[in-house]
Amino acid sequence: MPQIQIPSPLRQYAGKQASVNVPAASVGEALKNLVAQHPDLKRHLYTDEGKLRAFVNVYVNDEDMRYLQKEATALNDGDTISIVPSIAGGC
Amino acid sequence: MATLSDVKPTEAKPEAVLSNDEILRYSRHLIMPEVGMEGQQKLKAAKVLCIGAGGLGSPLALYLGAAGVGTLGIVDFDVVDYTNLQRQIIHTTDDVGRKKLDSAADKLKAINPFLNLRTFDTKLTSANALELFREFDIIADGTDNFPTRYLVNDACVLTGKPNVYGSIFRFEGQASVFATEEGPCYRCLYPEPPPPGLVPSCAEGGVLGILPGLIGVIQATETIKLILGVGDSLAGRLLLVDALGMKFRELKLRKNPDCPACGKNRTITKLIDYEEFCGIRGQEEPAGNDVPAISVEDLKKKLDAKADIFVLDVREPHEYQICNLKGYLIPVGDLPKRVNELDSSREIIAHCRSGVRSAKAVNFLRRSGFKKVYNLTGGILAWADRIDTTMPKY
Repeated sequence: MPQIQIPSPLRQYAGKQASVNVPAASVGEALKNLVAQHPDLKRHLYTDEGKLRAFVNVYVNDEDMRYLQKEATALNDGDTISIVPSIAGGC
Repeated sequence: MATLSDVKPTEAKPEAVLSNDEILRYSRHLIMPEVGMEGQQKLKAAKVLCIGAGGLGSPLALYLGAAGVGTLGIVDFDVVDYTNLQRQIIHTTDDVGRKKLDSAADKLKAINPFLNLRTFDTKLTSANALELFREFDIIADGTDNFPTRYLVNDACVLTGKPNVYGSIFRFEGQASVFATEEGPCYRCLYPEPPPPGLVPSCAEGGVLGILPGLIGVIQATETIKLILGVGDSLAGRLLLVDALGMKFRELKLRKNPDCPACGKNRTITKLIDYEEFCGIRGQEEPAGNDVPAISVEDLKKKLDAKADIFVLDVREPHEYQICNLKGYLIPVGDLPKRVNELDSSREIIAHCRSGVRSAKAVNFLRRSGFKKVYNLTGGILAWADRIDTTMPKY
């Protein structure tokens, strides 16, 4: 089952888990299943129009899905999806 | 592999010639072929600008100064605060209240008197960034907010200076090198900032004290490698550091051909209003001014008079342990599912640390039909300042 890595700013909306396993054949399906399991994540990942937010980057293994087939990117068992939101802290 | 014919004695710029004292000081660099005399002279000739003398800026400036970077610029307008000392290791307890620039300058000069330190007591803005960046070779970004992140990136792209990037939150950090000639820029990775309020800052979310050390030293390493021209830089890679799992992962970064800052048909040809771009124009007023509120003095009077009021603490349990007003604890995030624990017929005073989260709670409760709910202005910090000065602040 593909695993989704949850970055710490978003863990509070995902039952404080660092990773979540979701059954899915594509990246889009995996993210849909993720927010179905954890509805509080939805507004952090998607706009009101249902599009993925521009400041949330999604990687399949070490590759940006924007340079694969985006949300249609097929997943294999053992693939890791990483959600990489922008953080700004430095102080 | 280097052959003898590759090794040409290089003419050092007169200002980059090392004195005997410097040769002794940099001995451990000089005996490594990857640095050597040529590399050390490159370091001496280099001009690096650090944006910020805080968490990331502390290790950055200390290590770059110690390593022999000839000219180090620091931009900062802040003053050292007690809450900085847990991680901003360039500042000491005696420096609280001093300008960070003065405090940093003392330490850096003590570590390396050969350092040409240039301090800029100003906020980096669209009006001064380009002029400032042009005087340096490399920009190291140690800022703490989105508008300045985008400003630093765009100014680096426009002036052609590499942006050595680091960013931290709680137990996690990111590092990369942006805006090199061939590589991606910050906007290739993040075309747009998050809406204000969605991503908490270190001041709101906290940060493990060692984390800026880890990430700042990675930035210093990348800066030195760029100067020396050795190794594989992080350009084109995003390093993710997870201190809790102690995992270092890297992701591939690509130059976005449609990037508004560095793409073929770029639309950003000059610096813009970054506060507006990040949607925080007009939000400088602390939230909470628009909800019904009560002062800490009035709350004290009501408590002393044993009035029938219900104090609701909407902070997190670990904050309650630091200090509390013996209120009933429901973290603001849990309020929607625990609202049935509250009695809408009673007068409710909600508080948090400074009044922002409790204002959200008051808004939520009023929308849910609670009529007698008020926000404690200034939160428990105001209580500690004005009512019970023995109470710890955090």
